[in-house]
Amino acid sequence: MILGFSDDFLGFPDDFLGFSDDFFGILPPFSRPCSPKLGPPRPRQPPQKPRGESKSFAVGMFLGRLNAEQVFPYPSVLTEEQEQTLRELVGPLSRFFEEVNNPFKNDALEKVEDETMKGLKELGAFGLQVPLEFGGLGLNNTQYARLVQIVGQHDLGVGITLGAHQSIGFKGLLLYGTPPQKEKYLPRLATGEWVAAFCLTEPGSGSDAASIRTRATPSPCGSFWTLDGEKIWISNGGLAELFTVFAQTPVRDERSGESRERITAFLVERGFGGVTHGPSEKKLGIRASNTTSLHFDSVRVPAQNVLGGLGGGFKVAMNILNNGRFGMAAAMAGTMRGLLQAAVAHASTRTQFGAKIHKFGAIQEKLARMALLHYVTESMAFMISANMDRGDPDFQIEAAISKIFGSEAAWAVADECIQIMGGMGFMQEQGVERVLRDLRIFRIFEGTNDILRLFVALQGFQGLGAQLRGVQAALRDPLGNVGVLTGEVTRRLRSWILGVPGWIFGVLNPEIRPKEEQFALKRVADAAIDVYAMAVVLSRASRSLNSGLPTAQHERLLALSWCQEVKPGISGISGEFGNFGGKFGILGGIWVDFGGKFGEFWGDFGEN
Amino acid sequence: MAALRVLVGVKRVIDFAVKVRVAPGGAAVQTQGVKHSLNPFCEIALEEAVRLREAGAATEVVVATLGTKASQETLRTALAMGADRAVLAELAEGAAAGPREVAVALAALARRLQPQLVLLGKQAIDDDCNQTGQILAAILDWPQGTFASRVSLEPGAVQVQREVDGGLETLRLRLPAVLTADLRLNEPRYATLPNIMKAKKKPLEVVPAADLGVPAGPPRLRLLQLQEPPPRAGGEKVESVESLLGKLRHAGRI
Repeated sequence: MILGFSDDFLGFPDDFLGFSDDFFGILPPFSRPCSPKLGPPRPRQPPQKPRGESKSFAVGMFLGRLNAEQVFPYPSVLTEEQEQTLRELVGPLSRFFEEVNNPFKNDALEKVEDETMKGLKELGAFGLQVPLEFGGLGLNNTQYARLVQIVGQHDLGVGITLGAHQSIGFKGLLLYGTPPQKEKYLPRLATGEWVAAFCLTEPGSGSDAASIRTRATPSPCGSFWTLDGEKIWISNGGLAELFTVFAQTPVRDERSGESRERITAFLVERGFGGVTHGPSEKKLGIRASNTTSLHFDSVRVPAQNVLGGLGGGFKVAMNILNNGRFGMAAAMAGTMRGLLQAAVAHASTRTQFGAKIHKFGAIQEKLARMALLHYVTESMAFMISANMDRGDPDFQIEAAISKIFGSEAAWAVADECIQIMGGMGFMQEQGVERVLRDLRIFRIFEGTNDILRLFVALQGFQGLGAQLRGVQAALRDPLGNVGVLTGEVTRRLRSWILGVPGWIFGVLNPEIRPKEEQFALKRVADAAIDVYAMAVVLSRASRSLNSGLPTAQHERLLALSWCQEVKPGISGISGEFGNFGGKFGILGGIWVDFGGKFGEFWGDFGEN
Repeated sequence: MAALRVLVGVKRVIDFAVKVRVAPGGAAVQTQGVKHSLNPFCEIALEEAVRLREAGAATEVVVATLGTKASQETLRTALAMGADRAVLAELAEGAAAGPREVAVALAALARRLQPQLVLLGKQAIDDDCNQTGQILAAILDWPQGTFASRVSLEPGAVQVQREVDGGLETLRLRLPAVLTADLRLNEPRYATLPNIMKAKKKPLEVVPAADLGVPAGPPRLRLLQLQEPPPRAGGEKVESVESLLGKLRHAGRI
């Protein structure tokens, strides 16, 4: 057996990971791994995937499979008409941001200028994804991503104002709304007459979203709920008329008759009364975005304003955030584009030591790295949006990866842009310092990158976890059950990851037992991010080369450079756990897969 | 009120913000992959026409262009800005179309559509000809008001304020007339995204240019050469007038 497990290793069942004969049989014909470690290719056999198996690339990674269909070829989902429409929309939107919107003013005033806000509403920017019949533009995710890229390039403060409104603020209505709810609220939201806000975070509940304390109590007659609680750091809190609010509600278990607290999502109108907001928070960045606390004092919410069913709130929240994540990657790609332009403009005009500074290697390296980070992020954003548009159901891990990658890449690019610009970059007038300040929050909100890394690893392992005895229920909801994972499963996973046999935990004093669960998970996530990034750029460059795009050769360089960059990191992970040898073969295997699959590319680097 | 149709001629040009490069060969300018948009002066003309309709002085705005299939994009922008319908006089790829050809096409359309007013931009920012409106008026034998900075319609006539070298000149022209728009006539609106979506439903007619009498033959103007301006050479400071004169003589300038 490939991974060399003995039958009773750690007490795992014999068919653990389901490897062996199928592993190569399910690979597409053009991938022929040829590492001696894993043996020659086997003859193709019909795949024996269980029904309902995820096609997600990331999930496949963790199961040691190359799930190629969502990644290769690079998806192309726009019809000719949709592409034409998109082309027509790009112009006016760009012009608006170049000529009307003033990001400096917005930042200084700590609000979006009134005229600009009005112009944005008239422009139709508040209802990009609202269906046409409700007065919106009915754009799909790919079209939306392209427009968000423009906004991200020019003004992230405005980006958050628009995003908090439509990417999360009323996204729940689009995803879970009943027809009466949609008819009632969407038209006004589409024109921006009403602004929306997403209300989850509380003083005591940030990452630990399940621990929120805002409560809604049902009326005896059952026709309304009474909502009480406090939310903080709500974007558009002071502007919004419609709030998607998450609150604990008593839910009766049908079988036992017991009442439990479950989160429910509500559509709350400011007009219901009892809704007040605090003063606008003073922030490091995205100052133009309005951020306030919100207080709900015995707010009466009609029963028909429950969103996504009683007790379904946690799922609603997670899906809203999951659904909007690709937008963030798209915005980050846009921001990086703007930063690259600024850096290049400076480097190609600034003369020092008798030459334009873009002639110097140190500057060239910076620009190249910035270009790589931008290319990866942009490729991820549009791949995920296309996956979503095609109806691929499993993209949550990839979306999380894109958010992590995009936000960190953008921060690094802004930092390097300032460095290239030197003292000029530090001055407010150039605008780059504002972009840096604006970017800082993107690693924090909508799921901190730290939590999302754990999510990537835990969710990725879920496929394996389902096979572990006795913990399937807990692992169906890893974030909500992180506590459970500190028990039995943690022990197994931890030992599996760290190469420490399970019996050790029984004999060692607790103070000396390895506790590095999150350390390990983080590194697994980092490797997963890098591998996904590789897959994405190879896919995109491949398509560009096939299409003969004018940028194809440049993209080829970008893709290959990226893969060259991340290889040591992944091998390092494999090496580090290498005492496990092929047991960490998941990622090692993927590595070899890519080596074989893209032999023509790797040939250039003398690999495989 | 009586129907008053306005015909607006527009042109698709390389966007004003783009740095123009000479294509390899020196016979043309690089257009592949380069951003194009509606000529700014045509945009001003279109805006004026839409405003006339919104004020009730006109009843219909028809926008037209002579160009290849790519010009449809430009027409869509015009429809999004408020034109009621569009006509593309379609040229084959690579066919040249100068002011004379455009004027012939617009004249044919004018005879078909019977507008009371034809509005054009004063010139295109790519060739800066400043001829089309004038040639068109001559072909149609209509009065012309060029470099318009103010337009107001009266029954059977139009009052035009023109920007001329000496200042401002105001004319009253009998309708139908041809006007060309100058910079200060108005500030064009931004096409809103919903209007762009709505514009898809507005009629866009494609007519082969030959049907409008546009000559297919070789262009009457032959482009001899295109080159970028020479790079700026460094300047030099001199200490005295004599020195200056000496240097100028030496350089063959005087």
